[in-house]
Amino acid sequence: MQTVDPKDLAAFEADADAWFKENVVRDPGFMLPLTFMEVGTDQQFHFLRDWQNKVYDAGYLGAAWPKAYGGGGLPQDFQNAATRAMRRHHGPIMLNAIGLNWTGPLLLDMGSEAHKMAHLKGILSAEDIWCQGFSEPGNGSDLGNAQTRAVRDGDHYVINGSKIWTTLGRYAKYMILLARTDTDTPKKYDGLSFFLAPMKIPGVETNPIRKLTGEHGFTQTFFTDARIPATGLMGVEGGGWKVAMRTLEFERGARGGQAGGYVAVGSNAFDVLDLAKRMTRSGKPVLDDPAVADQMVDFLMEIQAMNLNGQRTQVPNLIADHPQGIPLASKLMGTEMSRRLNEFAIRLTGARGAYYVGEAAAVDQGIWARAYLNSFSATIGGGTSQIQANIVGEHVLGLPKS
Amino acid sequence: MQDLGRIGFSEDQAALLDVATDFCLQRSPVSTVRRLIEDELGHDPAVWTEMGELGWLGIAIPEDFGGSGLSLAEVVPVVEQMGRRLMIGPLISTTLAAQALVVGGTEAQKRNVLPRLAEGVAATVALAEPDFDWEPDTVSCQALETEGGQLVLRGQKVLVCDAGIAQWIVASVLYRNAPAMVLIPRSALPEGALRRETVIDETRRSFALNLDGVSVSKDDLLDLDLAATTLTHLHLAANLLGAADMIGGTQACIDYTVDYLKTRTQFGKLIGSYQALKHPTVDAYCRYEQARSHLYAAAHCFGEQGVGEIAVRMAKAAADGAYSFASDRAIQFHGGFGFTYDCDAQLYRRRAIWHAANYGDASFHKAKLAKLLF
Ligand SMILES: Cc1cc2nc3c(=O)[nH]c(=O)nc-3n(C[C@H](O)[C@H](O)[C@H](O)COP(=O)(O)OP(=O)(O)OC[C@H]3O[C@@H](n4cnc5c(N)ncnc54)[C@H](O)[C@@H]3O)c2cc1C
Ligand SMILES: Cc1cc2nc3c(=O)[nH]c(=O)nc-3n(C[C@H](O)[C@H](O)[C@H](O)COP(=O)(O)OP(=O)(O)OC[C@H]3O[C@@H](n4cnc5c(N)ncnc54)[C@H](O)[C@@H]3O)c2cc1C
Repeated sequence: MQTVDPKDLAAFEADADAWFKENVVRDPGFMLPLTFMEVGTDQQFHFLRDWQNKVYDAGYLGAAWPKAYGGGGLPQDFQNAATRAMRRHHGPIMLNAIGLNWTGPLLLDMGSEAHKMAHLKGILSAEDIWCQGFSEPGNGSDLGNAQTRAVRDGDHYVINGSKIWTTLGRYAKYMILLARTDTDTPKKYDGLSFFLAPMKIPGVETNPIRKLTGEHGFTQTFFTDARIPATGLMGVEGGGWKVAMRTLEFERGARGGQAGGYVAVGSNAFDVLDLAKRMTRSGKPVLDDPAVADQMVDFLMEIQAMNLNGQRTQVPNLIADHPQGIPLASKLMGTEMSRRLNEFAIRLTGARGAYYVGEAAAVDQGIWARAYLNSFSATIGGGTSQIQANIVGEHVLGLPKS
Repeated sequence: MQDLGRIGFSEDQAALLDVATDFCLQRSPVSTVRRLIEDELGHDPAVWTEMGELGWLGIAIPEDFGGSGLSLAEVVPVVEQMGRRLMIGPLISTTLAAQALVVGGTEAQKRNVLPRLAEGVAATVALAEPDFDWEPDTVSCQALETEGGQLVLRGQKVLVCDAGIAQWIVASVLYRNAPAMVLIPRSALPEGALRRETVIDETRRSFALNLDGVSVSKDDLLDLDLAATTLTHLHLAANLLGAADMIGGTQACIDYTVDYLKTRTQFGKLIGSYQALKHPTVDAYCRYEQARSHLYAAAHCFGEQGVGEIAVRMAKAAADGAYSFASDRAIQFHGGFGFTYDCDAQLYRRRAIWHAANYGDASFHKAKLAKLLF
């Protein structure tokens, strides 16, 4: 990492800009995933891992994390500037999302010194890929009911059970794992513990699962008497729920401290507007149809509202009534909009909406259909929209629990 | 990506938001709102005087003419908080009349009238006509020249708010076949020129204005070269302030519904625990937050060429969607009580419809936005 004068933000951004301009590869010759949940082939994986490593080496990832743990030790503004530059030049996504955005800030927030020293640098360099073992076949939304067992045995815990929908599970070196250390607590939450668990050990097996798009993205993870070091316990035994909840706050973007960059490139309403301008219906531009135009404006208004919501959270006077309202509702709003927007995009393509990726006659190589199908990753993963609505209703509006 | 506006918040806005939040809560409990519905005047003159003393009527009037020299951005938090408490009084009308003069008035008009408005004399604008067209430059009322430099007016205006107490009415007319604005003093109106209209928002005092035979001086014409600019400005200003009133109302309406959902029990449970009510209420809340962001962007960018218009139209369209949805669901979620006059849900619902009908509803503004954005 280079030495940077913390006073000179503008120079830093100019350097970042030049660096991304020179180093971004827009077309590696195969389709790049739009989100970290869509990494399906080894080719994609290696390309993105190398890319993240390169960005980190250049000083444009983790710029605001402490130097002692491999970060740049700069103010957050610097990382934001680097992220902006990355976006301006359409850099590919950062691969190690669960490390960069959830585990990393979690460790910085409540991890031990040993955990920070052991893991943060590997997260930034993408040497250590992380995955998340929360959901189980029988317990998804009801995360507090997780049944995967962890039994203490000397310096180890012995893990048995299964996790599912494990994004990057096949590539991960570590998992943030929520497991049950006590089956006999009055409240189910109090029997849970949180581990930083190695994946490449005997007794851990991952089976790829095919997504609705036909590609691979996540795995089911099986634990059979897998022995993980007890030093991986975060916090105290039985205190895992609190750590898991904090993790979800990072995951849903309700709390800051992420390493920077972005882990998903959504199609935004302006891309769809551009598509709409190219499409015709009954011999006329599709936007001549007032119903289509009305919907298109709705989407432009919605995306603008999300931008503005972000700006408004910086003005305490304008969020005084519900300071946590916008942060807690942003996942629900953003992911649902993205799903509807992609669906609208398919409809704009008219009869060619019947085509899919791989068909030469498909509009834009079929990306809209694929993006729509993939958009459910975000309305389901990380807590479904229905669960998000419960959270907003209960924690922001104070409505009684369902 | 096209610039569609951004949030900015001045210290004056912050201070006014603070004061207005408190003042409107104190002065406009819903019992007062309901009492004033029955009152012919429709607002409390003592409270109006207080607003004048607080300087609210001169916020966007230049200092040279007795105001504070701020802008509509600073009027927005005040109107928002008034809307939240369903407060009424000729503040929006008077502000719009003042804006007409600030933007398009002659020096003499500014000098004679603006200081009076800043002091608390009410005024209003008369733009809509019986064709009920939202386009600001669709005008058919006439100002005809007579000998001796007088103008005689012809035609009908509708939905003229607060005309009953307005000392001046700024009306759009055709003069020499082009849109123009004319400042009509109260004294020029003959007996019977005003008829109170029955409107859906019962807190509102709205009038039909018969201009036939009204005679004014030629000096009462606003600057003819600025007429088109002034009309556009008024149209956007009215939508901005309308949106502010609506966003405040949306917030209150959601709070009102949430209170009921937290206290009413059916089937042994608080009804707010049922997702059939909880999730739509969350939807209403999300739409409210989005609309409020649009509002404060519109307030901040109002004066910017191009961006200002986009931001205002977005704010009004978003406010219409949010207020209509929140107040519609408010009625439904109050069950049988929601169907009563006593339930406040109807107050919000009626006001939302009023605003949609004035100066353009969501689909009108979205059609305009399509032209601006595509
Ligand atoms: C692409 C993708 C990647 C993922 N990656 C990971 C990962 O890396 N690690 C991980 O641990 N998990 C991951 N998940 C799992 C994800 O967190 C779960 O799928 C999610 O929490 C829902 O759990 P479930 O699938 O068991 O559905 P269920 O909980 O069974 O839900 C089924 C339906 O019921 C609804 N529902 C459930 N409870 C309620 C309620 N109380 N009120 C109203 N509606 C309710 C849900 O909204 C949903 O529509 C991923 C999921 C996806 C789609
Ligand atoms: C015009 C009119 C005429 C009427 N005439 C008569 C009459 O002649 N005789 C008579 O006996 N009654 C009459 N009613 C009463 C009517 O049947 C009740 O208003 C209705 O059953 C709802 O009950 P409630 O008003 O107590 O509302 P609540 O039951 O308190 O409902 C409040 C809200 O909660 C919702 N809610 C309640 N429980 C649940 C749940 N389990 N899941 C999801 N949502 C729930 C409701 O849908 C509603 O939105 C009349 C009502 C009206 C509006």
